[in-house]
Amino acid sequence: MLTGDAYWLPVIFIGLMGLAFLLYAILDGYDLGVGILLPNNSEPQRDLMIASIGPFWDANETWLVLGVGLLLIAFPRAHGLILYHLYLPVTLMLAGLILRGVAFDFRAKVPPHNKQLWDRVFKGGSLLATLAQGYMLGLFVVGFESTFASYAFAILSAICVTAGYSFIGAAWLVMKADGELQLRAARWARICLWLTALGIVAVSVVNPLTSANVFAKWFGSLAALGLLVIPVVCFFAVLIVDRYLAQFPFDNDFGCWIPFVGAVVIFILSFLALGYSFYPYVVPGQMDIWQAASASKSLWFILVGALIVLPAIIIYTIFSYRVFWGKTKELTYY
Amino acid sequence: MVDTFLLSRIQFAANISFHILFPTITIALCWFLLFFRIKYNRTGDEVWMRCYRFWVKIFALSFALGVVSGITMSFQFGTNWPGYMETVGNIAGPLLGYEVLTAFFLEATFLGIMLFGINRVSPRVHTIATVLVAIGTSLSAFWILALNSWMQTPTGYEMRDGVAYPLSWWAVIFNPSMPYRVAHMLLASGITAAFLIAGISAYRLLRGDHKPAPQLALKVGLLAAAVLLPMQVLVGDLHGLNTLKHQPAKIAAMEAVWETTAGAPFTVFALPNEIDRINRYALEIPGAASFILTHDWRGEVKGLNEFAGEHPPVAPVFFSFRLMLGMGMLMWLVAWTFGWMMWKKKSLPVWALRVLVLMTFSGWIATLSGWYVTEIGRQPYLVYGVLKTSEAVTSLARENVGFSLAVYLTLYVALLTAYISTLFVMARKSVLVDRPEDLPSLQERHNPLTQNTQE
Repeated sequence: MLTGDAYWLPVIFIGLMGLAFLLYAILDGYDLGVGILLPNNSEPQRDLMIASIGPFWDANETWLVLGVGLLLIAFPRAHGLILYHLYLPVTLMLAGLILRGVAFDFRAKVPPHNKQLWDRVFKGGSLLATLAQGYMLGLFVVGFESTFASYAFAILSAICVTAGYSFIGAAWLVMKADGELQLRAARWARICLWLTALGIVAVSVVNPLTSANVFAKWFGSLAALGLLVIPVVCFFAVLIVDRYLAQFPFDNDFGCWIPFVGAVVIFILSFLALGYSFYPYVVPGQMDIWQAASASKSLWFILVGALIVLPAIIIYTIFSYRVFWGKTKELTYY
Repeated sequence: MVDTFLLSRIQFAANISFHILFPTITIALCWFLLFFRIKYNRTGDEVWMRCYRFWVKIFALSFALGVVSGITMSFQFGTNWPGYMETVGNIAGPLLGYEVLTAFFLEATFLGIMLFGINRVSPRVHTIATVLVAIGTSLSAFWILALNSWMQTPTGYEMRDGVAYPLSWWAVIFNPSMPYRVAHMLLASGITAAFLIAGISAYRLLRGDHKPAPQLALKVGLLAAAVLLPMQVLVGDLHGLNTLKHQPAKIAAMEAVWETTAGAPFTVFALPNEIDRINRYALEIPGAASFILTHDWRGEVKGLNEFAGEHPPVAPVFFSFRLMLGMGMLMWLVAWTFGWMMWKKKSLPVWALRVLVLMTFSGWIATLSGWYVTEIGRQPYLVYGVLKTSEAVTSLARENVGFSLAVYLTLYVALLTAYISTLFVMARKSVLVDRPEDLPSLQERHNPLTQNTQE
């Protein structure tokens, strides 16, 4: 049994890494979702949708770099193993992220007749990156097994994540947009919410049934009953958001933030449930966090920096969201 | 047979070459933007704000390309070079981590405010946002160059069971080649941005843009290039001396010196032949290599034959070095001649503007060839003296790497074409907008505060 910092440094780092990936899923989730939802039939709406994520997408994507970076820094052996198995989907995800990232700038700068082309690239890139992420999550959950069932599960997961990102993207638009676009976003949000809920149920059923470990963790003891709080809260979040969206719109834009907050709650709970299912494995069933961890001296060095810098990052991220608070107007580039 | 190793190397070279183009622009361009912004704050002269607004758009586009191509890099280590992190992850990991934590978030977050927040925050906060983005881009260069330098001249670590462990972070970060490499790269970025600014501004003038902004930006670009180029030559020389001390095999390949010689000649041109280990068709300046490297005409330069099997491929290093050197000299000549003409006659003739347009991306060529010298020059090592490149490669099937390489290359060709053509589209668009009649009155432009800057 490991003791001292050799024991708890990897625990701290899996927590930090989890936080980075959770923030990534929420933050880049909504802007990828907005990208996926871009409608073909209205250029003004596309402009507004992209304007709503304009100041944020870049920083949002940085959480992915931090998450992968922490995997690389803290668990180098796992980084190599995971990326070995995910080589092709990683390539496709990166291609998608590259395309949408540059489309964002090109669409505003190219001659007008090329703008629609870049909008399509934006939408396609967002969708490709999202599908690839969901597919990778699915493969990760089944421990990179190479069976038909695993690939089927990964495809299911790709669809769920796409629904989830579209949902949080639509919820973001309900909060940030007004008028016709807001009404449209509310309709999108409700459809995507149901797809997301369906996906969560499917994964929650399949996962314990296929993995004895996961089953034992959730149903193995009486204390695990306390975990019921996760599905129960999740159920009520879905219910509240659904009722709100069903009766949308309200006077004075009452509660336009409810779907987004609901989405965040659902994301956090799903993430906690997944994390709980696999802890302390960093590669499910193959490698735990202590086997994968780097030298304590390296972890200390980066931890000190992270503890100083992360609060600053969070503070100035909040500052940036406050600067662009409220309904998005036409993108005033400068 | 093309194997996983070769494909992975080509892919890494393609990814890093494409990526470095954009930071090379943005690292320095942001300081130029800060200069424009501060000038505007001090003088209130609208022309500085016009410079800012035009160049911040180009900055945003270049930055976006840098960000997305950089994400690829963070996956690349794990996907294709798992042996790298397994061997030196304890050193490389924290340096990369500090880059993300101290630089990436800073620049990405405040870029949003810099680009879209000008009407939402006070001028002071907007200026501070510009400062923070500039600091962020330079910090990010600092960390990644510290790591690259450590891979060239590793210090402050010990090997235990084939894995590197840090002994002193100070020695790791401030390793022997770091100060030179950081200075060399920051100056390269300054020169690249200066020629980009001069080239695009010259293009606007050629397209009949009579507003003061492109004229002013052209001046700023030329002046910066004229100041930075001699500094770069000096720093480059010091960097060379440092390399001679720590990586003599690289220097021997740069100069294609086969036998250890006192009074080694500088080979202006040759075809180095690695099989017979001689130079064919050599055109040499006697003693000059020794003079450049040891500052003594009779100084000794170690030859490649002392490092048999341990030295880099000679021809690519030799030619890349000459390309960098030639490009640097040409840029120096252009910056000083045109700078002098500008100073004397207040404007440049059409042919000179055309030359500047042709040289818009000359900084890219010099920077890339410089990186090829230092990176190919480190071979066959990935971490000099510690880890060979061939020991770090993945065991993936070559079909997979071939597929990803094809995806990346297609993307890069398309994006580079789109990027370059978009810069010129933006320049043409700017000729048509912001006509002189929207500018502040003549009197305002000739107020005493702005006199110096207008000249």
